[in-house]
Amino acid sequence: MKPAPFDYLRPATLTEALAALAAGGDEARVIAGGQSLMPMLNMRLVQPRLLIDLGRLEELRTLTAEDGWLTVGAAVTQGQVLARPTLAQEVPLLAAALPWVGHFQTRNRGTLCGSVAHADPSAETPLCLVATGGEVVLRNAWRRRSVPAADFFLGPLTTVKAADEIVECVRFPLAKPGSGHAFREVSMRHGDFAIVACAATVDGGQATLAVGGVADRPSRRSWPLVDGGLPADLDEALNAFAWDLGGDDDQHATARYRRDLVRRIGRTVLEEALSCRR
Amino acid sequence: MPPLSSSPPPAPLAAEARHPVTIVLNGRRRSGHAHPRLLLSDFLRHELGAHGTHVGCEHGVCGACTVRIDGVASRACLTLAVQADGRRIDTVEGLADGNGGRMTALQEAFRRHHALQCGFCTAGILMSLSDYLDRNPKPTEEELRDMLSGHLCRCTGYAGIVRAVMDVTGGTAASQAHQPAEADHV
Ligand SMILES: Cc1cc2nc3c(=O)[nH]c(=O)nc-3n(C[C@H](O)[C@H](O)[C@H](O)COP(=O)(O)OP(=O)(O)OC[C@H]3O[C@@H](n4cnc5c(N)ncnc54)[C@H](O)[C@@H]3O)c2cc1C
Ligand code: FES
Ligand code: FES
Repeated sequence: MKPAPFDYLRPATLTEALAALAAGGDEARVIAGGQSLMPMLNMRLVQPRLLIDLGRLEELRTLTAEDGWLTVGAAVTQGQVLARPTLAQEVPLLAAALPWVGHFQTRNRGTLCGSVAHADPSAETPLCLVATGGEVVLRNAWRRRSVPAADFFLGPLTTVKAADEIVECVRFPLAKPGSGHAFREVSMRHGDFAIVACAATVDGGQATLAVGGVADRPSRRSWPLVDGGLPADLDEALNAFAWDLGGDDDQHATARYRRDLVRRIGRTVLEEALSCRR
Repeated sequence: MPPLSSSPPPAPLAAEARHPVTIVLNGRRRSGHAHPRLLLSDFLRHELGAHGTHVGCEHGVCGACTVRIDGVASRACLTLAVQADGRRIDTVEGLADGNGGRMTALQEAFRRHHALQCGFCTAGILMSLSDYLDRNPKPTEEELRDMLSGHLCRCTGYAGIVRAVMDVTGGTAASQAHQPAEADHV
């Protein structure tokens, strides 16, 4: 399994990278950590003419918590974010979910922005971005725009990002005092993609559940708390959500099993998020 | 925002040409040539003749090809040789080199605890461990097994690997109790 031939560019600046991407059109692809793209190249599922390497661009190394957002640049790895000592206070959901993304060795290279650009329906990072109400900052050679995570994902490996745009950074809102967060997933082996992943947040009188691995993109639904607790008809609400998500039988699990996981793990993470409010 | 630049993009490394690649392999400068599509794993094995790094799946799952790139454990099969240009690459051959030509304590422990049978996975596991134990010198068994989830070993069932690591880090392995204290041919 070897990639088909391509030209390789290691730009010195972001400006150069964006110019090359604009000129390369559909034939060009950026590579960040390569942990999804390299397997696809090796299997020849994609055969770009030009590969533009973002991995060494200083301008994309931003990792800051400011003005209510955790901002993660396109060259920041999953391992670097996970090693941030304050992550569990800043975005507790991400601190809980990132250990589930691949393995120590793949997190050393893989990026959060790459995972968001890749848009696998069962990936944890897009799920956390949707669950927390984060945003994706896109940039081409001429302009920058910001898209709410809920509007960014269109389907499997499909997003609103144009071919000449890169994901410059992703932004997660910092957790508010008094909010609670919980994450769980079921996969074949630890580090494999999730069959079902559930992320819950409880914040300001509202409980939100986001689910990955079932629909063609991460999806979320919210319910108001009743007397500070979860609604009495939560089981019915979760059942309706599970059916609305759709989901198909595949080699990993049946649609019915997935619905069952949404109902059960959904309730568990909502209860956990409610009880761990700080 | 005004246009960032109107200058033409710089020229890439052409697909059909072989480009010079220089790495610091286990402390020594080594140079070779690579097409842009050449994987680092193949560059090490075919271009530099360093066969210690093994290749299993070529899609990042098995971990056999794991090397340290600037100290960080990474899949060589998911890295292009041209991406490694100018970087420090450490492979299993370098472990004993850095230890006066003798096997490291961890390698010795692998032998003692039967942490390998065919040895196909071993080079990658040792290179993961050499990065991981630098960062987390005394892992719990749970932490260690989580890290080992990034490697497939079809022979040992991982118990010997866990025991070997626990032996050199001074930790205890839950699985220790079920094993004979010492194998008789050591
Ligand atoms: C063994 C293994 C297990 C894994 N398990 C999981 C898992 O459990 N959960 C999970 O979520 N992921 C998993 N992954 C994938 C991993 O998380 C990847 O790191 C991630 O999906 C992509 O990030 P990357 O930086 O490696 O991107 P790359 O592989 O470099 O790129 C992926 C795609 O995104 C595009 N891209 C990358 N960065 C940008 C950018 N800044 N702007 C625009 N486009 C961009 C590329 O062109 C490409 O199409 C696994 C990978 C491996 C090898
Ligand atoms: S050969 Fe690289 S991970 Fe299997
Ligand atoms: S020793 Fe044979 S695969 Fe691990």
